[in-house]
Amino acid sequence: MSEQVLTDNLKRTPFHKYHIEAGAKMVLFAGYIMPVQYNGITEEHLAVRKNVGLFDLSHMGEFEVMGPRALSFIQKMTTNDASKLAVGQIQYSIMCYDDGGIVDDLLVYRLKDRYMLVVNASNIQKDFDWLETHLEAGVELTNISNQIGLLAIQGPNAQKVVAEITEYDLNSLPYYHCANMDFGDYSLLASCTGYTGEDGFEIYIPTQLCEYVWNRVMNAGKKYDIKLIGLGARDSLRLEMKMALYGNDIDKTTTPIEAGLAWVVNFDKGNFTGRDVLIKQRDEKPNRRLICLELEGKAFPRHGYKLISNGRTVGHVTSGTFSPSLGKPIAMGYVPLELTKIGSIVDVKIRDKLFSATVIKPPFYKKGTHR
Amino acid sequence: MNIPGNLRYTSEHEWVLLDGNVATIGITDYAQGELGDIVFVELPAIGTEVKAMQSFGTIEAVKAVSELFAPVSGEVVEINAALEGEPMSINNDPYNAGWMIKIKINDPTEVDKLVSPDAYQKLIG
Repeated sequence: MSEQVLTDNLKRTPFHKYHIEAGAKMVLFAGYIMPVQYNGITEEHLAVRKNVGLFDLSHMGEFEVMGPRALSFIQKMTTNDASKLAVGQIQYSIMCYDDGGIVDDLLVYRLKDRYMLVVNASNIQKDFDWLETHLEAGVELTNISNQIGLLAIQGPNAQKVVAEITEYDLNSLPYYHCANMDFGDYSLLASCTGYTGEDGFEIYIPTQLCEYVWNRVMNAGKKYDIKLIGLGARDSLRLEMKMALYGNDIDKTTTPIEAGLAWVVNFDKGNFTGRDVLIKQRDEKPNRRLICLELEGKAFPRHGYKLISNGRTVGHVTSGTFSPSLGKPIAMGYVPLELTKIGSIVDVKIRDKLFSATVIKPPFYKKGTHR
Repeated sequence: MNIPGNLRYTSEHEWVLLDGNVATIGITDYAQGELGDIVFVELPAIGTEVKAMQSFGTIEAVKAVSELFAPVSGEVVEINAALEGEPMSINNDPYNAGWMIKIKINDPTEVDKLVSPDAYQKLIG
């Protein structure tokens, strides 16, 4: 009985059956049943770094913002300057609460007649409610998450695979730009974006066309030995690039300034939610910052492990792993400002032992192929 | 699922191969599958006395860390040093190349408490 209820509440992506066919290990993530790995996280991770991989990211949320006041609404609700976006351009941005804490990080797409916001799966309802609360006349906000499947093709050979299934001139598409491209019989929105640090594309697909596109990608990908990639490798790939994960590295208790995301906060564009707190924090320096740590030897830093300096707990690991690309342990975490200098030493407490960690300049992995 | 008939098992998913009074110990195929990619193992030094049902080391997989439990009490007489460079042997070949330690058993009656292949099969469903 209770099992039935549980099953009914789980959402499946339009690609669910392909994951099962491929023998994926499935886990519950943000209300979706998602593939965490197919053959092994390390192998999948390295396939994306060295060749090409396919991710089902249909759990991500998409909102449309339309109407004459759409831009001013986005300007008010996000930290980056969306007025700089040309049609077909994308920016990474943040939504903050009034106290500067982070509601979510997101991508803002400027399309011909509207904007599209791409938000984290775990935050879809929260974000929508937050935006709706601040809605004003002249803005139309629609949650289209359930109508859209999302595939990401990532890796140094991603373009070769995508070039097999579209006539569109992919060389003409810069990083963080999008276009409607022909995919066989259909025109779909695709962008040169990703969460891996490699070259790659993300294709937004109406649910009813998902099977069609999946088969085309997989057929084209055979020639290049494309691999299916689960959420496990997605996490280690993004971590090697110091890309923040909401719920781990950023959340409502952290600000963009503390998280090293001041580059997507524009103080000159006019008022936006959280601006007063953030400008004060920028001017007076925050008490802590998110840093990148490299460890040596056999250590596996994990989320929640304590960061120690001179016997005192100064923070905790927000994300950590044993980097498949570098073959060494890496971690992120917030520490007091005096420990944030490159080369500073902080200890990570792993069970009962302290492991020395060095603050390094991000990203961890410096050979990403993104444009 | 591979469950060799010549081994004994524990409910914590270790396997034991008995040869006289020496027990070779590793983790089962089921356990390595659940853990996923293994990054490294911490094993005790040769000469360490281990006690049945107590932790003798840890295994760090990409997804999680797990304790290793000694199926029997005794002295560690050998460790699989090759795991240092090839921890994935535990994933690829858990019953052979993936063995972890050898223990000289103190009390042979402890072996009787271990789980048979059939019972282990039932245990993991």
